[in-house]
Amino acid sequence: MSTDTNIAVETKRESLFSKKNRKLLKDPLDDSNPITVQVLGICSALAITVQLQQAVIMSLSVLFVMIGGNVIISLLRNMVPDRIRIIVQLVVVASLVIIVDQVLKAFQPDISEKLSVFVGLIITNCIIMGRLEAFALGNKPGPSLLDAIGNAMGYAWILLVVSIVREIFGSGAISLPGMGQVKFLPSSWFISEGGFYENNNLMILPPMALITVGLIIWIQRSRNAALIEEN
Amino acid sequence: MEYLSIFVKGIFIENMIFAYFLGMCSYLAVSKTVKTANGLGLAVIFVLGITVPINYLLENYVLKDGALSWLNPEYVNVDLSFLSFIMFIAVIASMVQLVEMIVEKFAPALYGALGIFLPLIAVNCSILGGALFMQDRQYPSIGEATVFGLGSGVGWWLAIVAIAAIREKIRYSHVPAPLRGLGITFIITGLMGIAFMSFMGIEI
Repeated sequence: MSTDTNIAVETKRESLFSKKNRKLLKDPLDDSNPITVQVLGICSALAITVQLQQAVIMSLSVLFVMIGGNVIISLLRNMVPDRIRIIVQLVVVASLVIIVDQVLKAFQPDISEKLSVFVGLIITNCIIMGRLEAFALGNKPGPSLLDAIGNAMGYAWILLVVSIVREIFGSGAISLPGMGQVKFLPSSWFISEGGFYENNNLMILPPMALITVGLIIWIQRSRNAALIEEN
Repeated sequence: MEYLSIFVKGIFIENMIFAYFLGMCSYLAVSKTVKTANGLGLAVIFVLGITVPINYLLENYVLKDGALSWLNPEYVNVDLSFLSFIMFIAVIASMVQLVEMIVEKFAPALYGALGIFLPLIAVNCSILGGALFMQDRQYPSIGEATVFGLGSGVGWWLAIVAIAAIREKIRYSHVPAPLRGLGITFIITGLMGIAFMSFMGIEI
Protein backbone atom coordinates (compact mmCIF):
# COMPACT_ATOMS: atom_id res chain seq x y z
CA MET A 1 0.00 0.00 0.00
CA SER A 2 2.60 2.48 1.07
CA THR A 3 4.69 1.91 -2.04
CA ASP A 4 1.63 2.58 -4.15
CA THR A 5 1.00 5.96 -2.53
CA ASN A 6 4.68 6.71 -2.85
CA ILE A 7 4.52 6.10 -6.56
CA ALA A 8 1.40 8.23 -6.83
CA VAL A 9 3.13 11.09 -5.02
CA GLU A 10 6.17 10.56 -7.17
CA THR A 11 4.25 10.83 -10.44
CA LYS A 12 2.32 13.84 -9.20
CA ARG A 13 5.54 15.61 -8.35
CA GLU A 14 6.93 14.61 -11.69
CA SER A 15 3.98 16.19 -13.47
CA LEU A 16 4.25 19.42 -11.48
CA PHE A 17 7.79 19.99 -12.69
CA SER A 18 7.33 18.38 -16.07
CA LYS A 19 8.93 19.95 -19.12
CA LYS A 20 5.71 21.71 -20.04
CA ASN A 21 5.31 23.25 -16.63
CA ARG A 22 8.91 24.35 -16.44
CA LYS A 23 8.38 26.00 -19.80
CA LEU A 24 5.44 27.91 -18.31
CA LEU A 25 7.72 29.27 -15.64
CA LYS A 26 10.79 29.87 -17.77
CA ASP A 27 9.42 31.27 -21.01
CA PRO A 28 8.08 34.55 -19.62
CA LEU A 29 11.52 35.34 -18.25
CA ASP A 30 13.01 35.63 -21.71
CA ASP A 31 11.37 34.32 -24.90
CA SER A 32 7.89 35.62 -24.15
CA ASN A 33 8.69 38.26 -21.57
CA PRO A 34 5.52 40.21 -20.77
CA ILE A 35 7.20 43.60 -21.14
CA THR A 36 9.77 43.27 -23.88
CA VAL A 37 8.00 40.74 -26.11
CA GLN A 38 4.29 40.61 -25.32
CA VAL A 39 4.22 44.40 -24.68
CA LEU A 40 1.96 44.07 -21.65
CA GLY A 41 2.02 46.13 -18.49
CA ILE A 42 4.31 48.87 -19.71
CA CYS A 43 2.66 51.78 -17.92
CA SER A 44 3.46 50.81 -14.37
CA ALA A 45 6.77 49.30 -15.34
CA LEU A 46 8.03 52.70 -16.41
CA ALA A 47 6.39 55.02 -13.95
CA ILE A 48 7.53 53.53 -10.67
CA THR A 49 11.12 52.66 -11.50
CA VAL A 50 12.77 55.76 -10.05
CA GLN A 51 13.68 53.85 -6.90
CA LEU A 52 14.34 50.18 -6.31
CA GLN A 53 12.10 49.94 -3.25
CA GLN A 54 9.05 51.11 -5.17
CA ALA A 55 9.82 48.59 -7.89
CA VAL A 56 10.12 45.78 -5.33
CA ILE A 57 6.80 46.65 -3.69
CA MET A 58 5.13 46.99 -7.08
CA SER A 59 6.48 43.63 -8.24
CA LEU A 60 5.23 41.93 -5.11
CA SER A 61 1.81 43.52 -5.52
CA VAL A 62 1.60 42.40 -9.13
CA LEU A 63 2.75 38.91 -8.16
CA PHE A 64 -0.02 38.68 -5.57
CA VAL A 65 -2.73 40.04 -7.87
CA MET A 66 -1.62 37.84 -10.76
CA ILE A 67 -1.56 34.64 -8.74
CA GLY A 68 -4.94 35.42 -7.17
CA GLY A 69 -6.52 36.51 -10.44
CA ASN A 70 -5.19 33.64 -12.51
CA VAL A 71 -6.20 30.96 -10.03
CA ILE A 72 -9.65 32.41 -9.32
CA ILE A 73 -10.48 32.96 -12.99
CA SER A 74 -9.17 29.52 -13.81
CA LEU A 75 -11.47 28.01 -11.16
CA LEU A 76 -14.40 30.02 -12.51
CA ARG A 77 -13.63 29.42 -16.16
CA ASN A 78 -16.42 26.91 -16.78
CA MET A 79 -19.04 28.87 -14.87
CA VAL A 80 -18.67 32.34 -16.39
CA PRO A 81 -20.60 32.99 -19.61
CA ASP A 82 -18.37 34.25 -22.38
CA ARG A 83 -20.19 37.54 -22.84
CA ILE A 84 -19.64 38.88 -19.35
CA ARG A 85 -16.17 37.52 -18.77
CA ILE A 86 -14.45 40.92 -19.00
CA ILE A 87 -16.61 42.36 -16.23
CA VAL A 88 -16.05 39.29 -14.08
CA GLN A 89 -12.31 39.55 -14.61
CA LEU A 90 -12.32 43.24 -13.76
CA VAL A 91 -14.28 42.64 -10.57
CA VAL A 92 -11.98 39.83 -9.42
CA VAL A 93 -8.86 41.87 -10.20
CA ALA A 94 -10.25 45.05 -8.67
CA SER A 95 -11.10 43.25 -5.42
CA LEU A 96 -7.58 41.84 -5.21
CA VAL A 97 -6.10 45.28 -5.91
CA ILE A 98 -8.25 46.82 -3.16
CA ILE A 99 -6.75 44.29 -0.74
CA VAL A 100 -3.23 45.22 -1.87
CA ASP A 101 -3.99 48.93 -1.63
CA GLN A 102 -5.41 48.70 1.89
CA VAL A 103 -2.51 46.53 3.08
CA LEU A 104 0.03 48.98 1.65
CA LYS A 105 -1.74 51.94 3.18
CA ALA A 106 -1.67 50.21 6.56
CA PHE A 107 1.89 48.87 6.62
CA GLN A 108 3.91 50.93 4.12
CA PRO A 109 2.21 54.33 4.14
CA ASP A 110 5.09 56.32 2.66
CA ILE A 111 5.65 53.92 -0.24
CA SER A 112 1.90 53.80 -0.82
CA GLU A 113 2.04 57.60 -1.02
CA LYS A 114 4.84 57.46 -3.60
CA LEU A 115 3.12 54.83 -5.73
CA SER A 116 -0.02 57.03 -5.61
CA VAL A 117 -2.38 56.04 -8.40
CA PHE A 118 -0.21 53.25 -9.74
CA VAL A 119 -1.44 50.68 -7.23
CA GLY A 120 -4.98 51.29 -8.46
CA LEU A 121 -3.73 51.05 -12.00
CA ILE A 122 -2.74 47.42 -11.44
CA ILE A 123 -6.42 46.77 -12.26
CA THR A 124 -5.92 47.95 -15.81
CA ASN A 125 -2.39 46.63 -16.05
CA CYS A 126 -2.70 44.74 -19.29
CA ILE A 127 -0.32 42.04 -18.10
CA ILE A 128 -3.02 40.80 -15.74
CA MET A 129 -5.97 41.00 -18.11
CA GLY A 130 -3.80 39.68 -20.91
CA ARG A 131 -2.78 36.56 -19.01
CA LEU A 132 -6.33 36.01 -17.73
CA GLU A 133 -7.67 36.15 -21.27
CA ALA A 134 -4.85 34.23 -22.90
CA PHE A 135 -4.18 31.58 -20.30
CA ALA A 136 -6.37 31.29 -17.23
CA LEU A 137 -9.62 31.10 -19.21
CA GLY A 138 -8.48 27.95 -20.97
CA ASN A 139 -6.37 26.13 -18.42
CA LYS A 140 -6.58 24.35 -15.08
CA PRO A 141 -5.64 26.18 -11.86
CA GLY A 142 -2.26 24.43 -11.52
CA PRO A 143 -0.74 25.55 -14.81
CA SER A 144 -2.45 28.93 -14.37
CA LEU A 145 -0.64 29.37 -11.08
CA LEU A 146 2.69 28.60 -12.74
CA ASP A 147 1.88 30.93 -15.62
CA ALA A 148 1.08 33.70 -13.16
CA ILE A 149 4.32 33.20 -11.25
CA GLY A 150 6.34 33.06 -14.46
CA ASN A 151 4.83 36.20 -15.94
CA ALA A 152 5.02 38.15 -12.69
CA MET A 153 8.69 37.20 -12.45
CA GLY A 154 9.30 38.22 -16.05
CA TYR A 155 7.68 41.54 -15.25
CA ALA A 156 9.62 41.88 -12.00
CA TRP A 157 13.11 41.40 -13.38
CA ILE A 158 12.64 44.12 -15.99
CA LEU A 159 11.32 46.45 -13.29
CA LEU A 160 14.23 45.67 -11.00
CA VAL A 161 16.86 46.14 -13.71
CA VAL A 162 15.37 49.43 -14.89
CA SER A 163 15.02 50.79 -11.37
CA ILE A 164 18.53 49.73 -10.34
CA VAL A 165 20.01 51.45 -13.41
CA ARG A 166 17.94 54.58 -12.87
CA GLU A 167 18.60 54.81 -9.16
CA ILE A 168 22.35 54.19 -9.36
CA PHE A 169 22.91 56.79 -12.06
CA GLY A 170 20.20 59.16 -10.97
CA SER A 171 20.64 59.20 -7.20
CA GLY A 172 23.92 57.36 -6.65
CA ALA A 173 22.19 55.03 -4.26
CA ILE A 174 20.17 51.84 -3.85
CA SER A 175 17.06 51.61 -1.73
CA LEU A 176 15.32 48.55 -0.39
CA PRO A 177 12.05 48.38 1.52
CA GLY A 178 12.76 48.64 5.23
CA MET A 179 16.34 49.80 4.75
CA GLY A 180 15.84 53.23 3.26
CA GLN A 181 18.25 54.61 0.72
CA VAL A 182 21.83 53.38 0.91
CA LYS A 183 24.30 55.77 -0.66
CA PHE A 184 27.39 53.81 -1.59
CA LEU A 185 29.42 56.56 -3.20
CA PRO A 186 31.48 58.52 -0.69
CA SER A 187 30.03 62.00 -0.40
CA SER A 188 33.46 63.55 -0.95
CA TRP A 189 33.24 62.39 -4.59
CA PHE A 190 30.42 64.78 -5.39
CA ILE A 191 31.11 68.15 -6.99
CA SER A 192 29.20 69.91 -4.24
CA GLU A 193 31.76 68.51 -1.78
CA GLY A 194 34.73 69.36 -3.99
CA GLY A 195 34.88 66.03 -5.82
CA PHE A 196 34.43 65.11 -9.48
CA TYR A 197 31.12 63.23 -9.60
CA GLU A 198 27.62 64.48 -10.26
CA ASN A 199 24.36 62.52 -10.36
CA ASN A 200 22.69 62.39 -13.74
CA ASN A 201 19.36 63.99 -12.96
CA LEU A 202 18.02 63.05 -16.37
CA MET A 203 17.82 59.43 -15.19
CA ILE A 204 15.21 60.37 -12.60
CA LEU A 205 12.97 61.99 -15.20
CA PRO A 206 10.32 59.87 -16.97
CA PRO A 207 11.81 59.72 -20.50
CA MET A 208 14.89 57.82 -19.38
CA ALA A 209 12.72 54.91 -18.25
CA LEU A 210 11.58 54.50 -21.85
CA ILE A 211 15.10 54.69 -23.18
CA THR A 212 16.37 52.20 -20.59
CA VAL A 213 13.67 49.70 -21.57
CA GLY A 214 14.53 50.35 -25.24
CA LEU A 215 18.14 49.43 -24.51
CA ILE A 216 17.11 46.28 -22.63
CA ILE A 217 15.05 45.27 -25.68
CA TRP A 218 18.04 45.97 -27.91
CA ILE A 219 20.34 43.77 -25.82
CA GLN A 220 17.76 40.99 -25.51
CA ARG A 221 16.98 40.87 -29.20
CA SER A 222 20.57 40.98 -30.34
CA ARG A 223 21.15 37.90 -28.19
CA ASN A 224 18.00 36.18 -29.41
CA ALA A 225 17.55 36.63 -33.15
CA ALA A 226 14.17 34.87 -33.18
CA LEU A 227 12.58 37.90 -31.54
CA ILE A 228 13.63 40.43 -34.19
CA GLU A 229 10.64 42.13 -35.84
CA GLU A 230 10.03 42.76 -39.51
CA ASN A 231 10.03 46.54 -39.26
CA MET B 1 -8.24 81.15 -17.04
CA GLU B 2 -8.26 78.32 -14.55
CA TYR B 3 -9.87 76.07 -17.17
CA LEU B 4 -7.32 76.96 -19.84
CA SER B 5 -4.49 76.29 -17.41
CA ILE B 6 -5.83 72.83 -16.55
CA PHE B 7 -6.41 72.06 -20.23
CA VAL B 8 -2.92 73.06 -21.35
CA LYS B 9 -1.38 71.31 -18.38
CA GLY B 10 -3.19 68.11 -19.31
CA ILE B 11 -1.99 68.24 -22.89
CA PHE B 12 1.61 69.26 -22.55
CA ILE B 13 3.00 69.36 -19.04
CA GLU B 14 1.29 66.38 -17.48
CA ASN B 15 0.91 64.45 -20.68
CA MET B 16 -0.55 61.01 -19.99
CA ILE B 17 2.07 59.27 -22.11
CA PHE B 18 5.23 61.25 -21.61
CA ALA B 19 4.90 62.12 -17.94
CA TYR B 20 2.95 59.17 -16.53
CA PHE B 21 3.19 56.42 -19.18
CA LEU B 22 -0.51 55.76 -18.97
CA GLY B 23 -2.09 53.86 -21.83
CA MET B 24 1.26 52.72 -23.14
CA CYS B 25 0.02 49.29 -24.17
CA SER B 26 -2.45 50.50 -26.76
CA TYR B 27 -0.11 53.38 -27.61
CA LEU B 28 2.51 50.88 -28.70
CA ALA B 29 0.14 48.42 -30.29
CA VAL B 30 -2.05 50.72 -32.39
CA SER B 31 0.52 53.27 -33.53
CA LYS B 32 1.54 51.55 -36.77
CA THR B 33 -0.57 53.82 -39.01
CA VAL B 34 -1.79 57.37 -38.47
CA LYS B 35 -5.36 56.53 -39.43
CA THR B 36 -6.06 53.95 -36.76
CA ALA B 37 -4.01 55.91 -34.23
CA ASN B 38 -6.19 58.93 -34.91
CA GLY B 39 -9.37 56.88 -34.42
CA LEU B 40 -8.21 55.40 -31.15
CA GLY B 41 -7.01 58.80 -29.95
CA LEU B 42 -10.41 60.36 -30.63
CA ALA B 43 -12.12 57.48 -28.85
CA VAL B 44 -9.89 58.07 -25.83
CA ILE B 45 -10.69 61.82 -25.79
CA PHE B 46 -14.38 60.98 -25.93
CA VAL B 47 -14.31 58.31 -23.22
CA LEU B 48 -12.12 60.42 -20.91
CA GLY B 49 -14.40 63.43 -21.44
CA ILE B 50 -17.39 61.35 -20.34
CA THR B 51 -16.03 59.10 -17.62
CA VAL B 52 -14.05 61.69 -15.66
CA PRO B 53 -17.08 63.88 -14.86
CA ILE B 54 -19.24 60.83 -14.10
CA ASN B 55 -16.60 59.48 -11.78
CA TYR B 56 -16.27 62.98 -10.29
CA LEU B 57 -19.95 62.94 -9.34
CA LEU B 58 -19.61 59.42 -7.98
CA GLU B 59 -16.57 60.40 -5.93
CA ASN B 60 -18.13 63.53 -4.47
CA TYR B 61 -21.65 62.31 -3.83
CA VAL B 62 -21.13 58.66 -2.95
CA LEU B 63 -17.61 57.56 -2.21
CA LYS B 64 -15.76 60.34 -0.41
CA ASP B 65 -15.55 60.53 3.37
CA GLY B 66 -18.87 62.03 4.45
CA ALA B 67 -20.08 62.37 0.88
CA LEU B 68 -23.31 60.56 1.59
CA SER B 69 -24.49 63.24 4.04
CA TRP B 70 -26.74 64.75 1.35
CA LEU B 71 -28.82 61.61 1.59
CA ASN B 72 -29.18 61.60 5.35
CA PRO B 73 -27.19 63.59 7.94
CA GLU B 74 -26.59 60.35 9.84
CA TYR B 75 -24.31 59.11 7.07
CA VAL B 76 -21.74 61.83 7.66
CA ASN B 77 -19.20 59.32 9.00
CA VAL B 78 -19.54 56.86 6.13
CA ASP B 79 -16.36 56.54 4.12
CA LEU B 80 -16.71 54.36 1.06
CA SER B 81 -13.49 55.45 -0.63
CA PHE B 82 -12.06 51.91 -0.48
CA LEU B 83 -14.70 51.00 -3.05
CA SER B 84 -13.54 53.62 -5.51
CA PHE B 85 -11.44 51.31 -7.71
CA ILE B 86 -14.31 48.93 -8.29
CA MET B 87 -16.86 51.71 -8.88
CA PHE B 88 -14.62 53.61 -11.29
CA ILE B 89 -13.81 50.55 -13.32
CA ALA B 90 -17.48 49.58 -13.48
CA VAL B 91 -18.42 53.03 -14.81
CA ILE B 92 -15.59 52.91 -17.33
CA ALA B 93 -16.43 49.42 -18.55
CA SER B 94 -20.09 50.27 -19.08
CA MET B 95 -19.32 53.59 -20.80
CA VAL B 96 -16.91 51.87 -23.15
CA GLN B 97 -19.57 49.32 -23.99
CA LEU B 98 -21.89 52.21 -24.85
CA VAL B 99 -19.29 53.99 -26.99
CA GLU B 100 -18.60 50.73 -28.78
CA MET B 101 -22.28 50.31 -29.64
CA ILE B 102 -22.55 53.91 -30.87
CA VAL B 103 -19.44 53.68 -33.03
CA GLU B 104 -20.57 50.35 -34.49
CA LYS B 105 -23.90 51.89 -35.47
CA PHE B 106 -22.81 55.26 -36.81
CA ALA B 107 -19.24 54.73 -38.04
CA PRO B 108 -18.84 51.12 -39.18
CA ALA B 109 -15.62 51.92 -41.04
CA LEU B 110 -14.02 53.29 -37.90
CA TYR B 111 -15.37 50.30 -36.00
CA GLY B 112 -13.71 47.96 -38.46
CA ALA B 113 -10.44 49.85 -38.24
CA LEU B 114 -10.32 49.93 -34.47
CA GLY B 115 -11.37 46.29 -34.27
CA ILE B 116 -10.26 44.69 -31.05
CA PHE B 117 -8.89 47.88 -29.55
CA LEU B 118 -12.17 49.58 -28.78
CA PRO B 119 -13.13 47.13 -26.03
CA LEU B 120 -9.55 47.40 -24.84
CA ILE B 121 -10.11 51.07 -24.01
CA ALA B 122 -11.82 49.70 -20.90
CA VAL B 123 -8.47 48.43 -19.75
CA ASN B 124 -6.53 51.39 -21.13
CA CYS B 125 -4.74 52.69 -18.08
CA SER B 126 -5.14 56.29 -19.18
CA ILE B 127 -8.91 56.13 -18.59
CA LEU B 128 -8.71 54.71 -15.08
CA GLY B 129 -5.63 56.88 -14.54
CA GLY B 130 -7.67 59.95 -15.42
CA ALA B 131 -10.29 58.99 -12.82
CA LEU B 132 -7.67 58.29 -10.16
CA PHE B 133 -5.77 61.51 -10.79
CA MET B 134 -9.06 63.37 -10.60
CA GLN B 135 -9.65 61.74 -7.20
CA ASP B 136 -6.08 62.46 -6.11
CA ARG B 137 -6.07 66.14 -7.09
CA GLN B 138 -9.44 67.04 -5.61
CA TYR B 139 -10.70 69.36 -8.35
CA PRO B 140 -13.09 71.95 -6.88
CA SER B 141 -15.89 71.60 -9.44
CA ILE B 142 -17.18 69.28 -12.13
CA GLY B 143 -16.21 71.79 -14.83
CA GLU B 144 -12.56 71.56 -13.90
CA ALA B 145 -12.72 67.78 -13.76
CA THR B 146 -14.26 67.66 -17.26
CA VAL B 147 -11.64 70.01 -18.66
CA PHE B 148 -8.94 67.89 -17.07
CA GLY B 149 -10.40 64.77 -18.70
CA LEU B 150 -10.59 66.39 -22.11
CA GLY B 151 -7.11 67.88 -21.80
CA SER B 152 -5.54 64.54 -20.88
CA GLY B 153 -7.41 62.93 -23.76
CA VAL B 154 -6.13 65.49 -26.24
CA GLY B 155 -2.61 65.00 -24.88
CA TRP B 156 -2.91 61.25 -25.40
CA TRP B 157 -4.28 61.72 -28.91
CA LEU B 158 -1.45 64.08 -29.77
CA ALA B 159 1.14 61.61 -28.53
CA ILE B 160 -0.26 58.60 -30.41
CA VAL B 161 -0.74 60.50 -33.68
CA ALA B 162 2.80 61.88 -33.46
CA ILE B 163 4.39 58.50 -32.83
CA ALA B 164 2.31 56.89 -35.58
CA ALA B 165 3.50 59.51 -38.07
CA ILE B 166 7.11 58.90 -37.06
CA ARG B 167 6.68 55.13 -37.31
CA GLU B 168 5.24 55.42 -40.79
CA LYS B 169 8.34 57.26 -41.92
CA ILE B 170 10.85 55.19 -40.01
CA ARG B 171 9.92 52.18 -42.10
CA TYR B 172 12.17 53.62 -44.80
CA SER B 173 15.27 54.02 -42.66
CA HIS B 174 17.90 51.53 -41.62
CA VAL B 175 17.20 50.74 -38.02
CA PRO B 176 19.55 48.15 -36.47
CA ALA B 177 17.73 44.81 -36.71
CA PRO B 178 17.32 44.10 -32.96
CA LEU B 179 15.89 47.56 -32.40
CA ARG B 180 13.27 47.32 -35.15
CA GLY B 181 9.66 47.73 -34.10
CA LEU B 182 9.33 47.87 -30.35
CA GLY B 183 12.83 48.95 -29.36
CA ILE B 184 13.08 52.01 -31.56
CA THR B 185 9.53 53.02 -30.64
CA PHE B 186 10.52 53.07 -26.99
CA ILE B 187 13.59 55.17 -27.66
CA ILE B 188 11.71 57.63 -29.90
CA THR B 189 9.02 57.97 -27.24
CA GLY B 190 11.75 58.73 -24.73
CA LEU B 191 13.18 61.44 -26.98
CA MET B 192 9.71 62.90 -27.52
CA GLY B 193 9.27 62.86 -23.76
CA ILE B 194 12.47 64.88 -23.37
CA ALA B 195 11.11 67.38 -25.89
CA PHE B 196 7.82 67.59 -24.00
CA MET B 197 9.74 68.25 -20.79
CA SER B 198 10.56 71.67 -22.14
CA PHE B 199 6.96 72.63 -21.34
CA MET B 200 7.62 72.05 -17.66
CA GLY B 201 7.06 75.04 -15.43
CA ILE B 202 4.86 76.94 -17.87
CA GLU B 203 2.09 78.75 -16.03
CA ILE B 204 -0.89 80.23 -17.77
